[in-house]
Amino acid sequence: MTPLAGCLLVSSLLFSVGLAGALTRRNAILVLAGIELMLNAANLNFIAFWRFGPHPEFLTGFMFVIFSIAVAAAEAAVGLALILAIYRHARTSDVSEITEMKG
Amino acid sequence: MGMTVSFLILAILTLAGGVAAMTLRRLVHCALALAVSFAGLAALYVNLGAEFAGLAQLLVYVGAIAILIVFAILLTHSSETELQKVFSPAGIAGALLALAVFAVLAWAVVSSGAAHSAASVAAPQTSMREIGFALMQRYVLPLEVIALMLTAAMIGAVILAVRPTSGSEPAETQAPRNPELRA
Repeated sequence: MTPLAGCLLVSSLLFSVGLAGALTRRNAILVLAGIELMLNAANLNFIAFWRFGPHPEFLTGFMFVIFSIAVAAAEAAVGLALILAIYRHARTSDVSEITEMKG
Repeated sequence: MGMTVSFLILAILTLAGGVAAMTLRRLVHCALALAVSFAGLAALYVNLGAEFAGLAQLLVYVGAIAILIVFAILLTHSSETELQKVFSPAGIAGALLALAVFAVLAWAVVSSGAAHSAASVAAPQTSMREIGFALMQRYVLPLEVIALMLTAAMIGAVILAVRPTSGSEPAETQAPRNPELRA
């Protein structure tokens, strides 16, 4: 197996683990953690294609990962703030108990 | 040329951390396993020749996001809830769906040319100087946009998370919106 295929397989496994966590866990924080894992799997794909692709000197995939990490930081901050706001309102962070949008 | 031993060790560390983060029952343990997974991924980036991305990953994910998740766990008292109901009722369906997604992705990877092309490219030599020039010349517009977006996201997060102080907010939002839960 080539290194590129190895990277892609690891990344697809990581994506599936994150997806399983986001779909099965009850706590909203862990759902967010699963989404972060999926985002990281995509980042690993970008790095792998940049490393083993035809033109690594253009730094395309590399820059995409840098910007994607910045977007993930913003996403995590806003997501956790939303979870805190929902917790203050509904006194739970269990996604299967938060069933109404109108307070 | 196959995969190196260091790559395999780091990949196993990352995947084990991810699986532990998604299956452990105590949330603080989950946060710790998540930090291990993020650190393993940063080491994978360094292993693949992207040192700057690995350091950024270490700073942002292990240094900021994992700590933020621990804070959120402590602030929502999620570590005190009962440990019986950690998986949702539709958990089996979700796990099967994730398994199906992995099957499709792995089939696509194995059946594509990526698994067979024997071209082993030499590691690209990227210096910090080149990265800096690329950020300041070719990617300067995305850099500015991301700076603006980060500022907006931080202001939004503070507005969302700050507890509204009594007395400074209008009277109609002062009333408890969910009386039976506040009691």
